[in-house]
Amino acid sequence: MMLLTCPNCGARNVSEFRYVGEAKSRPDPETATPEQWRRYLYFHRNPAGWIKETWYHGSGCRRYFGIERNTVDNAQRPAGVTS
Amino acid sequence: MSRNGQRTPRYSAWSLVRHGLGAGGEWGRAFRHHTPRQAYDVVIIGGGVHGLATAHYLAENHGITNIAVLEKSYIGSGGSGRNTAILRSNYLTPEGVRFYDRSVKLYEHLAADLNFNVMFSQRGHMTLAHNDSSLRTMHWRAEVNKLQGVDSSVIDPGEIKKLVPYMDVSASTRYPILGALYHPPGGIIRHDAVVWGYARSADAHGVHIHQKTEVVGIDVTSNRVTGVRTADGRRISAPVVVNCTAGWSTLISDMVGVDMPVQTFPLQAAVTEPVKPFLDTVVVSGTLHTYVSQTDRGELVFGASVDPFASYSTRGSLDFVEGLAGHVLELMPALSKMRLLRQWAGLCDMTPDYSPIMGLTPVEGFFVDVGWGTYGFKAGPVSGEAMAACIAHGKPPEIIAAFGLDRFEEGRLVGEKGAAAVGH
Repeated sequence: MMLLTCPNCGARNVSEFRYVGEAKSRPDPETATPEQWRRYLYFHRNPAGWIKETWYHGSGCRRYFGIERNTVDNAQRPAGVTS
Repeated sequence: MSRNGQRTPRYSAWSLVRHGLGAGGEWGRAFRHHTPRQAYDVVIIGGGVHGLATAHYLAENHGITNIAVLEKSYIGSGGSGRNTAILRSNYLTPEGVRFYDRSVKLYEHLAADLNFNVMFSQRGHMTLAHNDSSLRTMHWRAEVNKLQGVDSSVIDPGEIKKLVPYMDVSASTRYPILGALYHPPGGIIRHDAVVWGYARSADAHGVHIHQKTEVVGIDVTSNRVTGVRTADGRRISAPVVVNCTAGWSTLISDMVGVDMPVQTFPLQAAVTEPVKPFLDTVVVSGTLHTYVSQTDRGELVFGASVDPFASYSTRGSLDFVEGLAGHVLELMPALSKMRLLRQWAGLCDMTPDYSPIMGLTPVEGFFVDVGWGTYGFKAGPVSGEAMAACIAHGKPPEIIAAFGLDRFEEGRLVGEKGAAAVGH
C-alpha cells in the first residue's frame, strides 16, 4: 500500500488518511459574490505534477496537514501546515 | 460507404465465408494512415469513442469531412479501452435519463449503422440496494425512468435470486440485499469494436486519424482558436478545436486558458480467468463499491469506484484487489476459487455534479466534450451526435443544453451522484 508521511506520526498506510483536496485560498464569505464562491468550490488546478494539498489523518493524530505530492507518480515532499 | 471515390468493402456473412475459404486475400485495413495536412476545418483532440464518434457524425449528419482526429497513443487506448463496457440509461435526473437513453438507442442499431459487429448484448442491468436509503433512491430512479419511457423497475430479493441464482440474498450477510433496480435494456458491448467501428466509418468519409500525435499546444489569437501544435513539431491550423480527452481534459483546456471544474482520479478494474456462462445480467452494488459482468469469453469483469485520492497514476494496487475480492464474495460466495488474470486502471475526470461538460467555452472555436467521470463510454454515440450538431450550428442542441461549462458559476448543477457514483 502507498505510504503517506504525516508530520506528526510519520509514514503510515494511505488508508489511514482522508484526502481533503488541493490547497486553495478561500475567498471571504462576507464579501464574495456567489460566482466567486462557486468558483472556489468547484474549480481545481488539477495539474499532472507537483501540487500542494491537504490531508486528514483520521486513524492517527486526527490533524489536518499540508503536503506536496506529485500526481503522476505519487512521490511526496513535506510542505508547510495549511490553514 | 465511399472512400474518396473508392468503396470501403462491406463486412457481411458472405464476405466472412469468402475469406474463410481463402478467396479475397487479406482483409483490408479498417482505416488508413495519412500525412497530416497543414489545415483542417475541425481538429479533434482524443481518438477515443467520443472523438471518433464526433468525427463520424460531423461527416455523416452535417457533411463536414475535412477533419483530423489527433490521438497521442493508439485509438481507444484511454478510457474507451479501459472501461467495463456497461451500457444503461437508468439515471436520476430527467436531463440525464433522456441523454443516456438516446445513447442506448443509438447503440441498439450501431452495428448496422457502422457495418461493424459491436456485440451489444442487452442482458439486463441490476443495481442492488443494501439499505433503506438506497432502496428509496432505486424507487425514485425507477419512477423518473418510467416517466421518460425507460424500462426500469424495483424488484425484490426473490426475483433477484431467480435472475442470478448464485447471488447470496439471505438475511444473514453483512449487507443483506433488500431489493434492486432492474433495467432490462442495459447490458454490455465490445468497447474496442465501438472505437474501431467509428474509426472505420469516419475514415471512409475522408476523416484523417493521426495516431501517436500528441498535442502540446493550442494557438489562440484575440480569443479565437487558430490551430494546434503537436509533439513532432507540426503546426496544424484549424478554426475549430474540440477537446474530447478523458483524464487529460484539464491539461488540454489549460493550453487555451479555460479553467475546468475537474479532478482526475484513477479507477481500477480487474478480470478473472474464463469460466462457463453462469451470469447473464450485469450486477452492481453501490454499497459494496463493485460491479460484475461476464463477457462473451466467460471472464468475469469487475469494476470499482474511483481511488480515494486524485492522481494521474494508472498503477494498480494490491489493496484494491483485496477489497474488491472481499466485496464480490459477499455477493457470490461461490466465486472464492476464481483466479484474477489481470487488473488495470483508467483515468476519470470527475466533475462536482457527476454530469459531463459539453459545448462552447469562453474561447471562440474551442469546444469541450469532457468531465466524463465514470460514465463516458456509455455516452459515446449521443455525445458524438450532439457535439457534431453543436459544432455545425455553433450552439449546443437541446439534449446537452443543461451540460454547459457555465452551469458551475451560475449554480445550475445537474446532480447525478445518486445514479452515477458507482453505478456502471
